[in-house]
This record gives sequence, structure tokens and C-alpha cells, in this order.
Amino acid sequence: MARSVTTQRKSFNTLIAWIIGLLLFFPILWTILTSFKTEAQAIADPPVWFFFDWTLENYRVVQERSNYSRFLWNSIIIAGGSTILGMIIAIPAAWSMAFVPSRRTKDILLWMLSTKMLPAVGVLYPIYLIFIQFGLLDTRVGLTIVLMLINLPIMIWMLYTYFKEIPGEILEAARMDGAGLKEEILYVLTPMAIPGIASTILLNIILAWNEAFWTLNLTAARAAPLTAFIASYSSPEGLFYAKLSAASTMAIAPILILGWFSQKQLVRGLTFGAVK
Amino acid sequence: MRLGKSLVASTALALIAASGAYAQSLTIATVNNGDMIRMQALSSEFTDATGIELEWVILEENILRQRVTQDIATSGGQFDIMTIGMYEAPIWAERGWLVSLDGLPDDYDKDDILPAMRAGLSFEGTMFAAPFYGESSMVMYRTDLMEAAGMEMPEEPTWDDIAAAAAAMTDRDNNINGICLRGRAGWGENMAFITTVANSFGARWFDEDWNAQLDSPEWLEAVTFYNDLLQNYGPPGAANNGFNENLTLFQQGRCGMWLDATVAASFVTNPNDSTVADSVGFALAPNKDGMDKRANWLWAWALAIPAGTQQEEAAMEFINWATSKAYLELVAEREGWANVPPGTRTSLYENPEYASIPFADMTLRSINAADPNNPTIDPVPYVGIQFVAIPEWAGIGTAAGQEFSAMVAGQLTPEQALERAQALVTDEMEAAGY
Repeated sequence: MARSVTTQRKSFNTLIAWIIGLLLFFPILWTILTSFKTEAQAIADPPVWFFFDWTLENYRVVQERSNYSRFLWNSIIIAGGSTILGMIIAIPAAWSMAFVPSRRTKDILLWMLSTKMLPAVGVLYPIYLIFIQFGLLDTRVGLTIVLMLINLPIMIWMLYTYFKEIPGEILEAARMDGAGLKEEILYVLTPMAIPGIASTILLNIILAWNEAFWTLNLTAARAAPLTAFIASYSSPEGLFYAKLSAASTMAIAPILILGWFSQKQLVRGLTFGAVK
Repeated sequence: MRLGKSLVASTALALIAASGAYAQSLTIATVNNGDMIRMQALSSEFTDATGIELEWVILEENILRQRVTQDIATSGGQFDIMTIGMYEAPIWAERGWLVSLDGLPDDYDKDDILPAMRAGLSFEGTMFAAPFYGESSMVMYRTDLMEAAGMEMPEEPTWDDIAAAAAAMTDRDNNINGICLRGRAGWGENMAFITTVANSFGARWFDEDWNAQLDSPEWLEAVTFYNDLLQNYGPPGAANNGFNENLTLFQQGRCGMWLDATVAASFVTNPNDSTVADSVGFALAPNKDGMDKRANWLWAWALAIPAGTQQEEAAMEFINWATSKAYLELVAEREGWANVPPGTRTSLYENPEYASIPFADMTLRSINAADPNNPTIDPVPYVGIQFVAIPEWAGIGTAAGQEFSAMVAGQLTPEQALERAQALVTDEMEAAGY
């Protein structure tokens, strides 16, 4: 009897999980479906679902009109660069907060997080002016730095949580054996925190890849990443949904594939330390 | 060591050579409208002829406006040519943000540009932006539905004619709405249309001392009329409909009439996208019985050069190319006359081949009927027809637009919407120091 209840419950939970999963995935699915329709089918009412003449026309038009590879390359450099740069700063910072905390560590952590509470547009003009001064407008270097800075609080917080789980005694033992600070972080701490570091890196690549405020505001032609590529397919006068969907699909495909293959690490990393 | 030195020397030489060979390049910011995309595709002709490379930054309209304003206000210098509208041109010119287009060569023939367009893009008589394509608004209606209803649309209808036609064509059982109009909030969305209706009913945004006039009986009459049309004969969810949504509805045969931009004519008559392509008629925007102001607007997407660009000369050369008579002929030769950017040059409408296009004549008449310097029946201190050309307009237009959109959604009565709009416009104008 007890067993049958468990089975029922299990299938119920599975069902709920599937429904939530499908609901969350639906907008992406709809975008992908729309990208294979004609403009007229894309806005048809009632909507067409699967039975239409699938066409690659939108992808052809998008390929022809925009230099996709240049946008893609910019996205890779900016997302990858800001994540690497961020990790170089975040790992030592999280180390010191986790293992040699001072009286003010908690305050610093909170203060860092508070920078995420300011709406980005509030600092648009100061940052824009700084970028003009330093000649950083429309450069990948400038964008890499800004995205690193806006994601840094999240990186440090995530790493701090993982590092807190590692017993300080292990690091002490390493120090007893004569390890310096560099060896301690590079050869002892980092290998133990690999799952946490991996999920921090993945999450930050995703965040930087999808960032659409700074990437649109600080770029023009040369450093524009895929977010600008998507934005260029919306039109004030004329139908554009099918082509916009094709552009969106092309823009999210790389990160979707990366996310799919690394979902195990992501889930493990994100739930690490959640259950004690 | 010698090898090292010669390596350094040859690298330096190569760098110098490379920088010499580096072609001049212009960055152009624009929107994703069909005519601009066509220009982008044809621009290799310009590069071939002049050696000037072009970098295109194509953005969504609102993002473009924000990006361009931000860049120009901070002298960011990211763009050499920008696509702006008739609203921005005089305001930015006054602030010294744009380069005057006096430097265009004689054979550009400025006098050929339609007078209304030239007036709307000038400040104190000097042109600061060159129209790439221009539009007014007009009535597009289904000739087959009108015929079935036993009615005929006059070429110069009144609002009463429009209301009668909307009532006759509405067929809810067959999902046909008598009229489709803009309802989505925004200064360039519902407020563009509502302002033209108000103008034709004798209303105005401000009196000559900049006092908001939305509490006038004319405004109430105009807004009530607009609201009644949509409530009685409009499509469901009209409060969210902008240009593209109405275009879709009309192309699918869901609208008996649609009052909107003249450029829509080429979309609704294109058999590839429109199911009603062969049964569309055109008429001038309506007036109110006994009043002679028609409800048509005037807009241009224009190319301008931001002050502070390092490449003024090359930018001027590009504008000369893209808005010339020769460019119109180039498009006609490659893509046919129906795809030529409309509404900019008198000579285009004198061309017999272009004049044979069904909507050409009505487009020209609509543009000519619009006068941005005298937009209303009573005098006003501003220019602009479907907008008020002051920097505060984008804010107050959009805020008021939200009230009228809520009215179309049934949340407010016309009286309530106008009362709120009047209050917020008064506050905003006082705060701005008018």
C-alpha cells in the first residue's frame, strides 16, 4: 500500500516537473518553430503549430544580410574574456573572505551585492563618458571589463559559498608542509573547488552572453555581439517576426548547446551547499 | 641581433603600409525598415564608386533613438551618419548637434524635395537632414467589402463617412472588423494617430502661452469619436495594436479599413504577404464636417550628420548618393518602381512609370495636404503635426498615450483619460519651465 502511494506521488511529481519544464521551454520552442515559418504564417491567427511548409528562407535572408560570424566571435571573446578576467580576481578575493575573514568581511560581501541593486541605466552616462575618455567605446576590451565588473559580485559570492564548504584545516596542513600563498590557492584550493569553479564559470558565460543592456549601449559596428545582431531584426514598419526568430535561434544556439552539455555541472554547482 | 633589427624594421614598414591602405569607413546607424535594408544591399555601388567602406549599425527604433541621442549629447562620435525622424531634426539642429546640409552639391537639387518634407527637416530655413523616405497617413479600405455593403468611399471622406463605412463593413460573425486603428501607447504609436484626429476636430495640445488644452470640448469630442470607433467596430485587443499588428490584421482580411502610414500601401498591395492585395482602395485622411483640417500626419526617416564626426565630407557624399534622384532610379532599375523609397522628391511623382502605381497619387496628395507649420485650426506655438516638436514631447506623449490606451482597453472613460492626461501634461510642462 505504502509503495503504491510512493509510485503515485513519484509520477505526480514527474508530471508537475515536466509541465513546469515545458512551460519554461515553450518560448524558446516557439521561437525555433517561428524561425521556420514565412512572415505571414508567423503572425497567422489562429497560430500554426507544426503543420506548415517548413522553410529555411529566414535563415538564408539573415545569413545574407548580416555577418553572423563577426557577431558570434565578438560574443565569444566578450563572454569568455570577462569570465576569465573575473575569475582571476574572484578566486583570490573569495579565498581571503572565506579563510581569513576580517570583522568587515560580511559587510563587504553585502556591499558588493548592493551594487547589483542599482538599475544599470543609472550609471549609463558616467560609464559612457569614461568610455569616451579612454577610447573604449565600441571595443571588445571595454565591454569585457564592464561585463566582468557587473558579474564580479555574483562570481565572488558563488565562490565564497563553495570555499566555505572546504575545511580550513586542509589549507593549514598545506601551509605546514611549506606551501606558499600561490601554491595554496593554485594546487590545493582550486582542485578541491573545481565543481564550484566550473559552475561559476558556466553561469557567468551564460550571463555575459545574454547581457543586452551594456552590449547594446556601448557598441556600434565593431564590437557588437549577438545581442545587437538580434536587435537589428526588429522593425517599426514591416513584418519581422520570422526573421527575428531565425536570428534569435542562431544567437542562442551556441549557449543552449553549452548549457545542455554542462547541465550536470550547473545543477551540482547551483545546489552545492543548499542541503546540509 | 641583425635579424632582430631587420624584423622590427620590416614589421614597422608593414604597419605603415597597412595603415596607408586602410580604407576610409563610415558608420551608419539606421532602423530595419524595408527601404533601409534595400539601401544597405545597394550600397556596394557607393563603395565601388568612391572607395568609402560602410559599417551598418541596425537597431530597433527606440534603442536607435536612445543610442543616437546619448552619443550625440556626449559627443561619443560613434556614428558618422544617423537615421533620425522629423521630430528630432529641428530640435537637434537648434542645439547645434547636426551638421547643416548646405554643403550638398548643386546637382543634388534641393528644390526637388517635396516642400513639406524640406520644411519639416529644416531649422530656420536650413536643411539639417535629408529625407530618405517620407510618409503621410491615409485611409486604406477594402473595395470588395464596400461594394458588398453597397457603399462607395469618397476620395476625400469626412469622419461621418468613415463611421458609416465602419458600421457597414463590420461583420463579427466572419471576424471582420469595420476599422483598425492604433491603440498601443507611445508618442509615435497611438498618440500620432489620436493627435491627427484631434487636429481635425479643431483641438490643439497647447494654446499660444503653452497651456495644455486637453480639457477642451474639442479634445473630448475627438477622443470620444476615436474610442467609439474602436469599441464598436474595432478588433478585440485594439489597445495593444500598433502599426505592425494592424498591418497583419489588414493583410489577413480582418479589417474593413485601416487609417495609417502611406508606406503601408505597398505592403497591403503586395500579393506575397497580403490576402487582400487586389481589393484595396485609398482615400485621403478624413476631416470633420464643416472643418477644413484633415487628419493626416507627416513623417520622414531622414539621414543626418552628427556634429563632431571626423568624416563630414565622406558622410555628405553618402547622403548625396542615398537621397539623390539617381538612387531612386537605381532602385527602380534593380527592384521595380513599387520599391522605390516614396515621399521625398517631386520628380518621382512626375515620372509616368511611378505615377501608374495605384497608391502613388494618393500618397503625394496626402503629403501635400500636411502642413507641419500650421498643424491645427487654432494657432499653436509649436511645429509638428502628429507630435509637438519640443524635447518634452516624447515623455508627455508617451505618458498621455498610456491613458488613452487604458481607455481603449475599457479601463477609463474618455473624460477620465483626458482629465488625467491634462493633469500630467500640465505638471510636466510646469516642471520644464514653460
